Amino acid sequence: MSQSYNRGLVEDFGRWKEFSAGMWAWIFHKFTGWVLIGYLFTHIAVLSTSIGGAQGETTMVGGEELNVYTATLQGLEGLFLIRLLEVGLLAVAVFHILNGLRLLMVDLGVGLEAQDKSFYASLVLTGAITVASVPTFLTGVTI
Amino acid sequence: MAERYSSFTPGGTGWFLQRITAAFLVVVLAFHFFLLHFVNHAYEVTFMGTQTRMQNVGYFLTMVLFLITATFHGVNGVYNALVNQGLEGGRKKAVLAVLTLASVALVAQGIYVALAMRGMI
Repeated sequence: MSQSYNRGLVEDFGRWKEFSAGMWAWIFHKFTGWVLIGYLFTHIAVLSTSIGGAQGETTMVGGEELNVYTATLQGLEGLFLIRLLEVGLLAVAVFHILNGLRLLMVDLGVGLEAQDKSFYASLVLTGAITVASVPTFLTGVTI
Repeated sequence: MAERYSSFTPGGTGWFLQRITAAFLVVVLAFHFFLLHFVNHAYEVTFMGTQTRMQNVGYFLTMVLFLITATFHGVNGVYNALVNQGLEGGRKKAVLAVLTLASVALVAQGIYVALAMRGMI
């Protein structure tokens, strides 16, 4: 016999202490989704410097004439804060991917009884992948 | 029985497209991160390097499809999140119109950028 639970509204954030694993997964998925779509708009804005770059626009950086797209991207990548934000973006993307896979499985009715465990697994794996990626993301930059 | 809170209608077009795009994005987003942070490094990106990658028609088309699916998936997700929060009536229609316009503008600008990177503009 199937069993259902009425856990109340997830939108009612004031009840966060009562939230179950699935409700946290829902909230994290929403939060990471908001970050990713916000980033996509920013990403295209930054990459738009390639339009000038394609027309041969240049800018002087440290006495060197650089393509405006190259200068913009390398200028941003030279900032420690941007590198930190990139690590954060990676964490957000990895969680959204892993939890998204979990949601696709739930939609297909696979592993429903382990949906809380798979949420914890998504969190642990996100943490592990993020920590392991830190050296790569912080190469060649100083505070 | 627990009430259904999702604004998605299971079996509906929005529900289906959100999941189809999700399956595609899982693979392409992971590939994108891997290629531009681990194979190539973001701090070494140059216009020439980008142009070389975009010369590959398969890569170019994947990136354009990535842009379109990510925009749909993200904006549709935002819209449904707002509907879940209780957005209704005229405000719901206004939000849908603004989000649709923003999506079209983002995809148009993104394709323009992709064409510039490929040397076609």
